[in-house]
Amino acid sequence: MTDERDSRSAQPVPPVLRVPTVALERDPVSPEGDGSPSVIRDFLSKRGSGSFADNSFAAVMLLCALSIFAIVLFILGILVLHSHLSLAQFGWKFFTRQAWDPVSGDFGALPFIFGTLATSFLALLMAVPLALGVAIFLTELCPQPLRAPISFLTELLAAIPSVVYGLWAVFVLVPLMRDVIGPYLVKFFGWTTLFDGPNFGVGLLTASMILAVMILPIISSLTRDIMTAVPNSQREAVLALGATRWEMIRIGVLRNSRIGIVGAIMLGLGRALGETMAVTMVIGNHPNISKSLFAPANTLASVIAGEFSEATTDLYLSALIEIGLALFLVTIVVNAIARLMVWAVTRGAPARVH
Amino acid sequence: MRINNARRTATNYFISGLSILATVIVILPLAAILFYLIYKGANSLNLAFFTKVPAPVGESGGGMANSIVGSGIILFVASLIGIPIGIAAGVYLAEFGRGKPLATAVRFTADVLNGVPSIVMGIAVFSLMVQGRHFSALAGGVVLALMMIPTITRTTEEMLATVPHAIREAALGLGVPKWRTAISVSLRTASPGIITGCMLAFARVAGETAPLLFTAFGNQFWSFKLNEPIAALPLQIYVYATGPYDDWHRLAWAGALVLIVMIMVSVTLVRIFANRGVLKGGS
Repeated sequence: MTDERDSRSAQPVPPVLRVPTVALERDPVSPEGDGSPSVIRDFLSKRGSGSFADNSFAAVMLLCALSIFAIVLFILGILVLHSHLSLAQFGWKFFTRQAWDPVSGDFGALPFIFGTLATSFLALLMAVPLALGVAIFLTELCPQPLRAPISFLTELLAAIPSVVYGLWAVFVLVPLMRDVIGPYLVKFFGWTTLFDGPNFGVGLLTASMILAVMILPIISSLTRDIMTAVPNSQREAVLALGATRWEMIRIGVLRNSRIGIVGAIMLGLGRALGETMAVTMVIGNHPNISKSLFAPANTLASVIAGEFSEATTDLYLSALIEIGLALFLVTIVVNAIARLMVWAVTRGAPARVH
Repeated sequence: MRINNARRTATNYFISGLSILATVIVILPLAAILFYLIYKGANSLNLAFFTKVPAPVGESGGGMANSIVGSGIILFVASLIGIPIGIAAGVYLAEFGRGKPLATAVRFTADVLNGVPSIVMGIAVFSLMVQGRHFSALAGGVVLALMMIPTITRTTEEMLATVPHAIREAALGLGVPKWRTAISVSLRTASPGIITGCMLAFARVAGETAPLLFTAFGNQFWSFKLNEPIAALPLQIYVYATGPYDDWHRLAWAGALVLIVMIMVSVTLVRIFANRGVLKGGS
C-alpha cells in the first residue's frame, strides 16, 4: 500500500479513491460475463413493461370484477322486464290474493308465501338447536382426533345435491312419515289440531324436515367459525371465575357471538327460502293454506319449478316470473343482512363460501 | 352451595349429552342417504348404464349415458365461461383493488349472489336465451357459469391473499411489470388453492338441477350440439324420481349414486390438496 502511494504520488487521485465506475448501459450485462446483454432483462424491457400494458391488464381485471354487478343487475332487469304483464294486471295485490287459477287467468301469490314461510320457519325450528348442538360439540367438547372426521362429515352433508335429498325423501322419508311418524304424532299431539286431516306422507311437515337437514350444515359450520373467532381470553376468564364447562360456553362464547350466530341462522333461512328441488318433490304441490301440517302446500320456488314448463299463456308465465322476482329480492335482502351480521363478528375475515 | 354445585354440574353433563345427541342425529341422515344410495343403486350399475341411452318405457335395460355425457358438456361450457372471469375478478380484488371501496362492494355482492336461489337464475337466463328460440345446452352452460363466478371469485381472492407480499415486492423490485407479477408470481404461487377453489365450485354446480329445468331441458337421445336441448344427470334423476315407473326409480337411484360419488371424490380431493397450497412461513 505504501509503495503504491509513493510510486503514484504525482497522480492527483489517491488509489483508495479510485472507485471503479459503471458505465450506464442501456442493456445490462448478462451473468456470463462476456458482455452480451442479459436475455431476461432484454425480454422484460422489450415486452409490456410500459404503463399501457399494466393499465390495460388492470382494466380487463376490473371489467371481470364488475361482471358481478352486471350479473345482479341483469337478473333484476330481465325479471322486471318479463313480469310487466302480471305487474300491470295485479299490482301489489298479487301478494295478498289467494287465488291461483291458470285457466281463468286469476293469479295470487299468498298460498306460496304461506308455504315458503311455514316450511322455512319449521325447518329453522328443527335445524337451529341441532346445528348449535353440533357446533358446541365440535368446538368445545370434541376430543382432538375426532374433530377433523366429524367436521368433514357435516360438510359432506352440504355437498350432497338437492335432487339427491329429494330422491331419498320421496322413497324413504315419505313412507316413514305416512306409516310411522304420522300416526305417532297424531296419537300424542293430536290435541294441538296441527295434525288433522289425511296424511299422505307428502306435505308441509315432510318438506320442513328435509329442508332442516339441508340448512343444518350451513348454520353449523358458520357457527363454528364464529365460535372459534371468540378469543381464548374470554373462555379462560370465565373458567377462572369457577364456571362449569357449559357455563363457560354460555357466558364466554355464546354471549359474545350472539350477533354472528343470528347472522348464521339468517343465512340458513336464506338458503331455506330459495331451496327448490327437494321441496318440490315432497311438498304435494297444491296451492292452499291450511292449518294442518300434513296438508300439501306449495312454496314460491316449487311453484316455479313445477309449473314453469306448463305455463301456456303469457300472463301465466309473467305471474311466475313475478314470483321469481319476489323470491330474488327477498333472498338478496335476507342474505345481505346476514352477511353484514357475520362480518361484524368475524371482522372482515373472509366468510366461508357456501 | 352444595345443592347449587350439584345442579350446575348436572346441567353441565346434561348439555354435553344433548350436544353429543345432536351430533349423532345430524350424522344419521347422512349415513342413511349414503346407505340407501348404495343399497338401491349399486345393483343397477352395470356397463349398460354407462353406455346406453334410456330405453322406452316398458322395456328393460337402457342407461343414462347421454345424461352423463350431457352433464359433462354443460359443465365444460360453464367452466370455459366461468373460471376465467371468476379468476380475473379474484385477481382484481386481491392485486389491484386492495383497500378500495369498489373492491369491498364487489366482495359483498359476490357473497350475496352466492345465496340467490338457482331457480331464479334459471328463469332469468331462460328469459334471455331460450324465450323466442329454443332450449339449448349453451343456455345451461351460461346459467351454471353465472353460478360459478361468485364462488370462484371469493376463493381466488382468499388464496391470493395468502401469498406473502415479500414475493410480489421481490418481483416488482427486479423490474417485472405489475401484470406479469400478478400472473407469473402471485397466481402461480396460489395455484393449488385456486385449483381447489375451482373444483369446489365445479362440484357445487355439478349437482344443480333447478336452473337446468328451463335451459337445457333434458333429452332422451344423444346430443352433442350446443344449440339443442341436452340431457343432464341431475335433471334426469329428477324426472325419473318423480315418474311412475319402477324401472325409472331404479335408474334414478343408480344415477344419484354416480353423481354422489363424483361429488364426494372432488370434495375429498379438495380437502386433501387444500392444505398443500398454503405457503407456510410467509411474512
